[in-house]
Amino acid sequence: MIHRFQNIFFILFFIFGVSTQIFGSEGAQEKKGVDVNAIIFEHIADNHSWHLWDVRDDDGVKQAVAFPLPIILVSTSPFAFDVFWSSEFHHGDHPVTRGNNTYVLNHGTIYYAQNTQGDLEYDEEGEIISAKPIDISITKNVFTMLLVSGLMFWLFVAVAKAYKKRSGLAPRGVQGFMEPIILFVRDEIAIPNIGHKKYKIFLPYLLTAFFFIWFLNLIGLIPFFPGSANVTGNIATTAVLAMFTLVITNVYANKEYWRHVFAMPGLPAWLLPIMIIVEIISIFTKPFALAVRLFANITAGHIIVLSLVSLIFIFKSLSVAPVSFFFVLFMDVLELFVATLQAFIFTMLSALFIGMAVAEEH
Amino acid sequence: MDLITPDIGIVFWTTVIFLVLLLLLRKFAWKPIMAAIDARNKSIEDALKAAEKTKEEMVQLQADNEVILQQAKKERDSLLMEARDTKEQMIAQAQQEARVEAERITQKALQSIELEKQKAIVELKNTVGELSIDIAEKILRQELTDTKISEKIISQSINDLKLN
Repeated sequence: MIHRFQNIFFILFFIFGVSTQIFGSEGAQEKKGVDVNAIIFEHIADNHSWHLWDVRDDDGVKQAVAFPLPIILVSTSPFAFDVFWSSEFHHGDHPVTRGNNTYVLNHGTIYYAQNTQGDLEYDEEGEIISAKPIDISITKNVFTMLLVSGLMFWLFVAVAKAYKKRSGLAPRGVQGFMEPIILFVRDEIAIPNIGHKKYKIFLPYLLTAFFFIWFLNLIGLIPFFPGSANVTGNIATTAVLAMFTLVITNVYANKEYWRHVFAMPGLPAWLLPIMIIVEIISIFTKPFALAVRLFANITAGHIIVLSLVSLIFIFKSLSVAPVSFFFVLFMDVLELFVATLQAFIFTMLSALFIGMAVAEEH
Repeated sequence: MDLITPDIGIVFWTTVIFLVLLLLLRKFAWKPIMAAIDARNKSIEDALKAAEKTKEEMVQLQADNEVILQQAKKERDSLLMEARDTKEQMIAQAQQEARVEAERITQKALQSIELEKQKAIVELKNTVGELSIDIAEKILRQELTDTKISEKIISQSINDLKLN
């Protein structure tokens, strides 16, 4: 427990420590023309296209080389379903008109424009107040998730086939690599927390969650295509994964679990109303902690690496590069560990919560 | 801040992708893999158990062999002992018989010697008697005056007498 708090403090320290560093140097950056803060947040945020690199065209203007991803927009009144390539936005420079709607991409968010010229509505403080369509585009993060899912499906079906083909024999190759990890999830995570009787129901979820998070963490560490997407450092992704744990925990929860929530045994009657509230809140805080922990850890790692690289541009000196290189190398190795650790912790705590909900009366 | 505002598109796609992946992997990967691992573990366990059982049987068999060997040794020893006893007994018996036979033969010999002796004595007596009669006859017949001559004749006759 103490360790977990230390962990969280450590990460918070890093997030805020690094953030202030970035914000603190904001004034100096504007003079030099590199907005490190914006670049970092752009890198850890999701994107509608996959930016590869920049080139200067004949006029000396910087042009982004990116490959387009499908934009899928749903409008409710009147119902409309628009699909087009993100390249039509020209990196946010051009509005796109489909039927009655004109869409504008502004800093990663798609809005309805007031007219086909792509004008947006602003309030007095300069904030955009234009309405937004429901955006279910295949963004960089979604694309990476699809990629990882495809990879996982291919990989584990191959492993399953290897078991069929080499039935009864010692595991070999990728099967031999995966088996200890699969058995680790079963023997060290599922069985100790859930128990021998019921672990089999939850094992597919725990295995899928573990490998999904682990692979996404790892692919996020690769700085170029097909990596670089900060999927597990996105609060929406981690929230959904935590939601799966929440739903599974409460769907499979037994009478004992609900008795502890609504009628904690051995408690004076007058305390019950308070405890019921506390217990109901705790149902939601557990997965909330799961989501925030994973998000914060991965995002923090990405921010640190990006900040260290940005040092070169902040100091505008190549002599900082070796320092950055070794710090980034160190951080990447640490992140490699964190990627595995966080996948393990998410799975471990999910198993623990499920185990607490299905525990036999004793 | 954008960073901590969940994006509806990501929520939607993560749910769909993860759910589909979970169901697909459960059907096509995790269940076959777990079944295969369990089956393999079971077969290994069975093999180990069988090996253990065989080992125990071997130990049992060896113990049995030992017992049989011991019994055989004991039997052999007792047979040898019996044979030796029999041999000794036979020797003793033979000796005994030999001794008895020898005794009997000796006895018989002695008896026959005694008998012959008796016969000889009787014969001797008869002969001596006859000779005495002969001598007496000669003495009487010649009517020797001289005692010396008679004595000489007597001793000579006695010398001539052979006690076969």
